[in-house]
Order: sequence, then structure tokens, then C-alpha cells
Amino acid sequence: MSEAKTAETVLDVRNLQTVFFTNSGLFRAVDDVSFSVRRGETLAIVGESGCGKSVSALSIVRLVPDPPGRIVGGSVTLEGTDLLKLDDAAMRAVRGNRISMIFQEPMTSLNPVMRIGDQIVEAVRLHQKVSSKEAWKQAVDMLRLVRIPEPERRAQEYPHQLSGGMRQRAMIAMALACRPALLIADEPTTALDVTIQAQILALIVDLQQRLGTGLILITHDLGVVAQTAQRVIVMYAGKKVEEATVESLFETPLHPYTRGLMASMPAVIALGAKSDARLAEIPGMVPSLTNLPPGCAFAPRCKLAVDRCRQEYPPLDEVKPNHWAACWRAGEMAEAS
Amino acid sequence: MTEHRPLLEVTDLVKHYAVRGGVLRRQVGTVHAVDGVSFSLGAGETLGLVGESGCGKSTVARTVLRLVEPTSGAIKLDGEDIAPLSKTALRPYRRSMQIVFQDPFASLNPRMTAGDIVGEPLSVHGIATGAKKQERVAELFQQVGLRPDQMKNFPHQFSGGQRQRICIARALSLGPRLIVCDEPVSALDVSIQAQVINLLIDLQRKQNFSYLFIAHDLAVVAHISHRVAVMYLGRIVEIADKHELFANPRHPYTQALLASVPIADPKARRIAPLIDGDVPSPINPPPGCAFHTRCRYAMDRCKTERPALQAAGTAHQVACWLNDGTGQAASYSTFVPA
Repeated sequence: MSEAKTAETVLDVRNLQTVFFTNSGLFRAVDDVSFSVRRGETLAIVGESGCGKSVSALSIVRLVPDPPGRIVGGSVTLEGTDLLKLDDAAMRAVRGNRISMIFQEPMTSLNPVMRIGDQIVEAVRLHQKVSSKEAWKQAVDMLRLVRIPEPERRAQEYPHQLSGGMRQRAMIAMALACRPALLIADEPTTALDVTIQAQILALIVDLQQRLGTGLILITHDLGVVAQTAQRVIVMYAGKKVEEATVESLFETPLHPYTRGLMASMPAVIALGAKSDARLAEIPGMVPSLTNLPPGCAFAPRCKLAVDRCRQEYPPLDEVKPNHWAACWRAGEMAEAS
Repeated sequence: MTEHRPLLEVTDLVKHYAVRGGVLRRQVGTVHAVDGVSFSLGAGETLGLVGESGCGKSTVARTVLRLVEPTSGAIKLDGEDIAPLSKTALRPYRRSMQIVFQDPFASLNPRMTAGDIVGEPLSVHGIATGAKKQERVAELFQQVGLRPDQMKNFPHQFSGGQRQRICIARALSLGPRLIVCDEPVSALDVSIQAQVINLLIDLQRKQNFSYLFIAHDLAVVAHISHRVAVMYLGRIVEIADKHELFANPRHPYTQALLASVPIADPKARRIAPLIDGDVPSPINPPPGCAFHTRCRYAMDRCKTERPALQAAGTAHQVACWLNDGTGQAASYSTFVPA
């Protein structure tokens, strides 16, 4: 890794392993996953339910419920500090300060009996030595920054008085109040209507670029990825199966799972897609993590699978420059396309 | 569209809810959930109903099935108005109308086996019992891509996609002519979504029933529907043949809605969202055209007079005052990759 790149890197996750101990056995929710995020960069993590994308995010902020979960290996380096080595107090000083998170459902992440302004003040005063008056002023400024109309009045209101889009804006204001180095957004627009989603995504990207925050965007929606991210990680059954720049991924996806995901999305309208045809489907379903097949976890659903896929897990290879895929047949696919 | 009589004809459907407040629980307002909706649906046809939360699309679906009582309006099924019928008189019609809900976790009784769930409508309507019922249920299981040996399993033993298949089998059990699908795939993962959509399309081709298909995901609706109606605050603002609607959207709201869908192509990035603000409250919807508060083309007339749906091209109706009531021609720059 070059000097310039390391200097810019905000977060570096190496060989992260998070496991859950359950009645039906141990399962590896995140299995040997590595990635990094640079300043002002958006990294999207894509995958379906249970692929480990949310647990990866929770592992970064060390909020995996223990028990049943535990981080058993790897490192999470934020601005040069390995977060996995910090004690609880030091970790609390990082959360909401250097790393913030935005969740899917803003109503459940806001305190319903506390005014919006007070909730932001709480976050600010936890990490900065400022008077409550100064913190309130910062809170109002943050609400203005996320383009909430009449921020002075809105700061006095309770979450139920705000619409879904406004609540998510308030969450963003709170998350960015301490100017974190890294923002993790876990399905931030999934609960919102499509016109509001467009507004919120535009806002997150605009603020992130202005403030130089690194952004991890977790989503299942490839449309959202294409519109916002610079780099993409595709996860399947706890493992990273593909990583590429957004352009390269959409131009030549190199893992059959990524290809399947793209083909199974209904064609986007308005571009003259006239298909009345059936959608391409990925047969079967995501395997249970407690009972993974030997070899590649996607092999049972994969049209291209050969004997080797069912026996040996493929390494994550750099198939094209800056484009990695964990598939025995990725090379063939890269040549064919 | 259809020369012959439509299967379902809805005229001026209205559903208002009273808002009560104060000590005496007096009516202090009215929620205009559905405010004069008319459409028809042919046999074997799929009409997609799209719109954002609170636009009344689900209320339309439930009112059509009389799961919610309409305030006024006519709902004709095969020419017979079912809106004024009593519960008993309605019963024979219920057989021909079924629904599939969004959440396959909440809509299945966790204490019944999958086989009993699918067979229950057969007993309720006295169609089949005993071995004959079991046989019919097994057949339904195969039709929706489940194995008959799964009949003895309970809902929790199935995945989300499989549960939605059980709901579909249950809806099919009475041989309905109309199936209302209320967000049937929104709770499912993308790869499973495709399986369920394909199943719905295949079943329709074989059995020729009609779908009233409600979803907020425009891509899904575009895929499955023949015609699409766009709703905003309790009214249909535009209705057209699918290809026509997506190629030439004429209502500014439809255009904004289409332009908000994130396109899965990094080369087609769009910068600015087309509309600001939130949907106004249906308790006091704006006068005139309900969309005028967010519309970039709004004129004085839009603020006072409500536009009615009128023809704008073949098989295309729009409720907008622009250009003599034909709406705004789409500016293609907003849709085509830059």
C-alpha cells in the first residue's frame, strides 16, 4: 500500500471474524472480511438478508451483542488506532464522535420523549466541552445543514411531530454533529418513499463530500449503490465475494452471485425496457450459516459451478486491476466479457 | 382497452375516516384516504397501483374487497355492484376475490400447518373435505412450487419466499377471478423477489385471473403490470398502458416519481432530486390539484380547481391542467443516461 493511500485511509478492516454461538451451533456471520475506506469516499456493502453486512458494521463499532456474538479475529483500524484493542470507556469516546451510525428506521433510533434539539445536544456534550447554550446553537446549525426548514422551531419538537424523511434528516444531523471521520449508514433509506429516498441520498452524499467523511453505505439496493458509491463490496454467506470500483462492478460483474443479483432486478423503467419476459431468478435460497456447504457457499445455486467449486473455497483474486472476485471461474468470465 | 365487459369496474370510490378529538370525541376532521377513484380491470389483466405511503393505494385495495367499507362509490364485479350488498349477500362474491398481503410472517397463523392454512378456504366455503381436500391442497402446493410433503410443516419452518408461496396457494384455492396483491414482494430479498414475481406471472398466464397489484417499487410494478395507475393523496393522477406511462409520463408527479428511482447504472447518475418536501397530510389536502404544493409547473388555476382525469393520447389519461389538460411532456434529459 502506497504512502499516499495509507495517509488518506480512515478505516482499515483486516481479516475480521465475527461468530455467533447459538443452540444450533457456531456460525460465522463475518468470515475473514477485509476492506478499507478513504476520506470522502463512499464504500457500499451489498448483499441479501443474513449475508453479514450489518454484522460487519456492528463489529466496526463493537456493538455486536455478546453473547451470543463475538469478534474472534482481525483488526479494525480507525485513524491509526485498533478499535478492537480499546477498553470500553475509550470505545465509548469513539462512538458518536469519530464514528457515527445511521440506521434504517429513524423512529426506533430516536428517543420519543426527548426533543430533537436535546438529543443532538446530548451527543455533542458527551464528546465536546461546550456549554449547553453553545451545544444548542450547534444543534440548530446541524438541523439547518441537513436542510430542515425552520430549524429553531424543529429543534423544540419531538420525533413524532416530524415526518419520516425529517426524522432521518435529524438522525443525519445527530450523526454528523461531532464531524466524525467515518459514517456508517445501514439501509438509511429503505423505510422511506422513493422521492424522499432521492432527497436523503443526495443530502448524505453532499454532506459527506463537503465534510470529507468516509462513508460505509450498507444496502440491498443496487440502484442506490450505482447512484452513490465509489467502491463496492458484495457479500454472500458471511464472506466478501467481490470487490470493485462501482464502474467496473456494473460493467463486468465477475462473481456469478453478483451477476444473478443484477439479472433478477426488474429492468429499470423509463429507459425503454420492454421486457414482458420472466425475470432471471437465482434458484434456491441463501444457505443457513450453521450448515454451509463445503467449497463455495454459492455453488449449490450457481449455474457455472464445477466440481472444484463444491470442494474448495475459491481465493479472492485480483482478476482485473482493482477488481477482486472469489470464484474459480472469474478469470474465464473476465476474458469472455 | 378491453372491448368486452371488464371484470372489475370501480366508479367514484370514496373512503373517508373521521378524526375525533376532545373530551366528547367530536369529529374534528376527515382523512381523505380515497377521494373519488375510478378504474376498470379486464379479465386476465394486471393493473398496477403505485404511489407513496399514505396515497391511499392499500385503502383502495381493501375497499374493493370490502374488507373496508366504502363511504360512497360503486364497485362492480362482473357487472354486479357489490358495494351495497349485505355481508351474507356478499359471501358468494368473496370466492372470486382474494388477497395476498405484504408480510408473509403476519398473515399466516403460526399454530396451523401450511396444509391446513391452504385448505381452510375450501372448508369455509364448503367446497371440499377429507381426502378430496388434501388432494386439492397438494395440487395447489405443486402449482406454487412447494412440495406436498411440506403440508404438515408450520409457517416458521418456511423461509420468507416460501411463506409468500403459501399465501398465494391459499389465495388460489377457491379459483378466484381477481387477486389483489398488496406489496407482495416488498418484504423479500431481491433474488427471492424475482422467483415470486415469476410465479405470479406464470399462474396468471395459466389461469387467466386478474391482478390488482399494489407496490411502491416502480420497477416491480412496471414488470408485472399491463396498465399502471399512479395515485397521489387519494386520487389517481395518471393511468395508462405500462409502456406508454413509462415512456411518456405526463403528470409532473409521475415524472418526479420515475426520476427518483435509483438506476442501477453508475453512468446514469442523477444529481438533484426532482421534488422537495413531503406529501401533505390527507386530513387537510390542498385545494385544487393536491400536488400543486410540490409541483414545479403549478399555475394559479392548479391552486383552486381540481383537474379531472382526461384523455391524453391513446389509452392514457392524466389529471393535470397543463397544456389544455394533457399534462407536461416529459423532458427526456431527466430519464436518459447523461
